[in-house]
Amino acid sequence: MSVPDIQLDSHGRLRHFLTIEHLPQNLLIEILDNAERFTVVGDRAVKKVPLLRGKTVVNLFFEPSTRTRTTFELAAKRLSADVMNLNIEASATSKGESLSDTLRTLEAMATDMFIVRHQDSGAPEFIARQVGPEVGVINAGDGRHAHPTQAMLDVFTIRRHKPDFERLTVAIVGDVLHSRVARSEIHALRTLGVPDIRVIGPRTLLPTDIEALGVQVFHNLARGLEGVDVVIMLRLQQERMQSALLPSGHEYFHTYGLTPAHLKHAARDAIVMHPGPINRGVEIDSAVADGPQSVILQQVTHGIAVRMAVMSMVLGSYVQTT
Amino acid sequence: MDPKPPDIDVEALIEDIAVRTARRIDSLGMEQPALVGIRTGGVWLAARLRERLAIDTPLGELNIAFYRDDFSRIGMHPTVEPSQLPFGVDDRHLLLVDDILYTGRTIRAAMNEIFDYGRPRTVSLIVLVDRSGRELPIDANIYGMRLSLAPDEHVKLLGPDPLRLEFCAHRS
Repeated sequence: MSVPDIQLDSHGRLRHFLTIEHLPQNLLIEILDNAERFTVVGDRAVKKVPLLRGKTVVNLFFEPSTRTRTTFELAAKRLSADVMNLNIEASATSKGESLSDTLRTLEAMATDMFIVRHQDSGAPEFIARQVGPEVGVINAGDGRHAHPTQAMLDVFTIRRHKPDFERLTVAIVGDVLHSRVARSEIHALRTLGVPDIRVIGPRTLLPTDIEALGVQVFHNLARGLEGVDVVIMLRLQQERMQSALLPSGHEYFHTYGLTPAHLKHAARDAIVMHPGPINRGVEIDSAVADGPQSVILQQVTHGIAVRMAVMSMVLGSYVQTT
Repeated sequence: MDPKPPDIDVEALIEDIAVRTARRIDSLGMEQPALVGIRTGGVWLAARLRERLAIDTPLGELNIAFYRDDFSRIGMHPTVEPSQLPFGVDDRHLLLVDDILYTGRTIRAAMNEIFDYGRPRTVSLIVLVDRSGRELPIDANIYGMRLSLAPDEHVKLLGPDPLRLEFCAHRS
């Protein structure tokens, strides 16, 4: 059984959200449309709806994260669910408890949903196969594999500014090789019909088989950005520079950092995105990150609505069938 | 015997509701009341009343999908337009409008949602059809007509132009 088989039930409803790959276009659009409805909740006096009242959601984070964890937490709370945050590095595994035992313990507390972040690709899928039939699992980032809710909040942000996916040119710039965000974004953009997806970066940071995903590869930033509508900058992790994949942060910024001068090559109304946290002066200039074309903070706000949509769709699929 | 919905003059019912709503606005001394329709039929009706009564406050629209009490039985409802209350709710007189009042659960959900926007001064319930089968202690302040229907008989408002009532029976 492959991932898509466990992600959807026999009615095509979302049971787990592990990867964008193989999900049908109408389901992605349903997530975006539901997220649109949830954004309204964030503008009200009481930023809460009772949809998941009485449900228990566990944030199971094996890898540190601030932004993703807090937006998942806020999303669950705005849906009136009860939320527990578990930093596994600091708890059970250090006492020698196995992952399966930890899961069983948490399930015994009647958990309805696990939000999982793990340094190993495939860990959320492993957990989805372990848990009981009424428990949903959402991938909050696994290894280099996928980060599907980040990809969905990115396409949600794109749609808000540029609703016609079929006419878009999108460039993803930087460390694509190590980026689960880039991989999920490419799948989402492809599924939604974006005809021109480009990846831009040094050879050492692009996967060799990346063209197989239906993207164009550029090693020159200015040429790659020519006329694009959306620029997605990826975070350059500091350890890449220590591992000889790159000469230095300064040189990287000179060649692939997004400066106002580089951005001039993109379409005049292009938007600039970044999954965060940003490294100012490494992959992006402050003048761009804080500039009028940046939608980076909107991405964070949209992340809450998109996560509310995914959580309620997953928990809404576990309904009595009688 | 009750008249059957195909023969019902919806326009006459709306006119009758409008007259009684105007009287209610007057007698309660409502200043700048707002009409709030429950999607979809209630919004059609509220829009008509707003025009007829020349109410300045923009139309409020409620989609109560996030407030339903049957999420754990039937899951998420299909995507429709989100709620919009484009005015301050605090201290305002609200005229909540729906097409059919049946179990009362929709109105319960709508009131819960309204209170997440603020604390209205008053809420009045206006419905086109008040049918039998209430499951909650909720009643309309103004209704166009009352219908006594069996649980497997249903009445539905179709529209928006023209508005008409459809009657059907599902025998299970």
